Amino acid sequence: MIFIYDASFEGFLTAVFMAYEYKCKQPKIIKKEKFMGDFFEEVEEVITSEEKATRVWKKVKAKCGSRGTQQIYWAFLSELDEIENTLFQYIQHALASTKDIAKDYAHPAVLKVAQTVKQVGREKHRMDAFVRFRKTKDAIYFATVEPDFNVLPLNAKHFKNRYADQKWCIYDLKRNFGIFYNLEKVEIIQLELPTSILETSTDFFTTEEIQFQHLWKNYFDSTNIKSRKNTKLHQQHVPKRYWKYLSEKYL
Amino acid sequence: MNFDRIKEKLNILADAAKYDVSCSSSGSKRQNKVKGLGDSSGMGICHSYTEDGRCVSLLKILLTNHCIFDCAYCVTRKSNDIQRAAFKVQEVVDLTINFYRRNYIEGLFLSSGIFKSPDTTMERLVQVAKKLRLEENFNGYIHLKSIPGASDELMHEAGLYADRLSVNIEIPTREGLKLLAPDKDRKDFLQPMKKVKDEIIRHKSEKKIIKSTPKFAPAGQSTQMIVGATNETDAQVMYTAAYFYKKYQMKRVYYSGYIPVSYDPRLPSIGTDVPLLRENRLYQADWLMRFYGFSIEELLNKEHPNLDSDVDPKLSWALRNLHLFPVDVNKADKQMLARIPGLGMKSVYKILGARKYRNLNWEHLKKIGVALNRAKYFMVCNSKEWEKKDLSAMNIKSLILQNSSSKFRNTYNNQLNLFDKQDALIQN
Repeated sequence: MIFIYDASFEGFLTAVFMAYEYKCKQPKIIKKEKFMGDFFEEVEEVITSEEKATRVWKKVKAKCGSRGTQQIYWAFLSELDEIENTLFQYIQHALASTKDIAKDYAHPAVLKVAQTVKQVGREKHRMDAFVRFRKTKDAIYFATVEPDFNVLPLNAKHFKNRYADQKWCIYDLKRNFGIFYNLEKVEIIQLELPTSILETSTDFFTTEEIQFQHLWKNYFDSTNIKSRKNTKLHQQHVPKRYWKYLSEKYL
Repeated sequence: MNFDRIKEKLNILADAAKYDVSCSSSGSKRQNKVKGLGDSSGMGICHSYTEDGRCVSLLKILLTNHCIFDCAYCVTRKSNDIQRAAFKVQEVVDLTINFYRRNYIEGLFLSSGIFKSPDTTMERLVQVAKKLRLEENFNGYIHLKSIPGASDELMHEAGLYADRLSVNIEIPTREGLKLLAPDKDRKDFLQPMKKVKDEIIRHKSEKKIIKSTPKFAPAGQSTQMIVGATNETDAQVMYTAAYFYKKYQMKRVYYSGYIPVSYDPRLPSIGTDVPLLRENRLYQADWLMRFYGFSIEELLNKEHPNLDSDVDPKLSWALRNLHLFPVDVNKADKQMLARIPGLGMKSVYKILGARKYRNLNWEHLKKIGVALNRAKYFMVCNSKEWEKKDLSAMNIKSLILQNSSSKFRNTYNNQLNLFDKQDALIQN
C-alpha cells in the first residue's frame, strides 16, 4: 500500500499511524510532490492529523527514549528518497522489540538511520561552521546557505544562544525559507531576495562589511603555512560546494 | 578603524602566530547568560581550514612580534631581520568582536613576543581578555599565552578571564633548550604552569563548596613541543609529554614538526622537509596514551627509542606482542578491543553495542563500518575463518603494507631503499 503525505513531519507520523491502523506491514510512504502515480498498488492520501501524530510520537518516545526520537526526526530531515520507509521499519522494529534497539546496528534499518543521522549531524555542524554573516545597512547579520539536508531547524538554538544581542537571519536559498532572530525569539520567514544577493553590494550591505571580509580573507591567507601544503585535506574539510558562501574562498 | 593599517598589522602578526598549532576551542563551559555575545559551552567549531589542511577556529595573532629573546628556532627572534608590528589593545578587541559577530571564529588566541619584560607583556595580554569579558560581555573562547617568567598575580588574573592558558616548552630536552635558546630557563616556563595548575585545582575544589566561585581557565592548560629541531628521539619527546600530562595535568600536548626558518648552523637548513610523518606518529602515540589505555613504556622503551615510520604505533606494538592475539570480538573487554590494530574507539563502542543483540561475524563487522584491513589479522569472531592462522609478524606486516596506501609511502620507501643500498654495499 502507498501512503502519500504532505512532506511535514506530522504528516509522516500520521502515515505511520494509518499503516498500523490498516495492518499494513510494508507500506510505502511518499511525499506528495515526489509521487509519480502507481497503477498496481492501492494509494491512500494521508490527511495530517495532529492527534494521530502525537499518539505515534508518544508511543515511539516510550520505546526509544528521547535519543531515539531525536534520531528519527534528524533522519527525516535528510529528505532522502525512501527514508520514510526505512524510518517505518525502524519504528516497527522498535515497537516489536522488548529491548532498546538504538544500538542494534546489525539490523539494516537501525544502521541506515544511524548513518543518515550522522550525515545530517555533519551537515548541521557544517552550517554552524560555514555560515558567514554579512551586516546589512539596517544592522541585521544576514547569511545565505544551501544545505544538502533541511538542517536549519536544528541550527536555530545554537545561533540563538551565541548571538543573543544581535539581529540575525540565516536563509536557505534551496528551500526558500529562513530563520530570523529578532532579539526575542527565532521565527521562520520567507523573503523575496534579489538574485544578486550573493554579491555584497553596497545597496544592502555596509561598506565596513566589505572591509571586514577582506580583513578575514587576509587573515586566512596569512595563517597558512606554505611548506605544509595539503590541498586534498583542505578540500576534504571545506568541500567546494560551500566555497561560494565563504569570503575567504571567493574573494 | 583604519582598515589599511590594521590589514598590514594583521598580516604580520597572524603570519608570526601561525606556528602555534593549538586551535582547540572546546572544553570550556562558558554560557551566554545575560543576552551577551557568544557562548562556548558546546563543542569547538572549525570555521574554516587553511590550504595546509589545519583548522581555523580562533583568531590566532601575536600582540606584537617585537621580542627581547633570541631563540634560534623562532621567526620572531631578536636577531631576525623582519618587519615588526604591534597591535593596540582596543584593536585586538575590535577585530575579535567583529570577526566573532560574523561567525568567522570561535574566539581569540593571543600570544606575543616578549617586549620590555615578561610582566609588561603578560599584563597587556590580560588587558585584552579583561576588556572582552567585562566591556564587551563576550563569552567566546579566549586562549592566552602564559609568558615565561610572568608573576603569579598576573597569571591568577589571566585565568579569571581566559578559557585556556598555555606555555610552550618548545624543545623537548634540557640540552636542546640550552643550545638553541640560551637566554631561556626551563624553570621560567614551569613556574606559570605550576601556578595555573594549582589555581585550577583550588578553584575546582572551592566550587564544590561555594557555587559562585568564578571560573578559572575552564579549558585547562596546554603546551607545545617542536620536533626535529634538535636530534631528540621519539622516546624523549613522548616521555616529556607523559610527564607534563601527569605532573601538570595538561589538557593537550601539541607536537609541531620543525619548519626551517633560519640559516643557523645549529638547526636543519632552510628547504629541509617538515617531518610530517614523524609528527603524525607522535600524535598517534599521544592518542594511544590518553584514550586507548596504553602506557608510554609499552610504546617506547630502551629497545624501541623511536616509533616505526612504516606502520602506526599500535600495529607496531601488536606485532611485538602477537602472543596476546587473536582477540575474540564477541567476548573481549573494552580495554583489549581498544588494543586491536585498526580499531578506533568509535568502532570499539559500536562492537560493544552491537554484540549485545547477536554474535557478530565478519559480515556484521563490515556493515557496522569496522575497518578490517589491519584488524582482521588480530581478531576472531563468529566465523570459522581466521585470517592470521600461523602468520609471523613479518608476514602480517608485509601483507598489511601491500594492501594499504599512504600519502607518506614515498617518505618511508625512500628510507627503506636507503637501507637496501647500505646492505648491498656491505655485501659487496
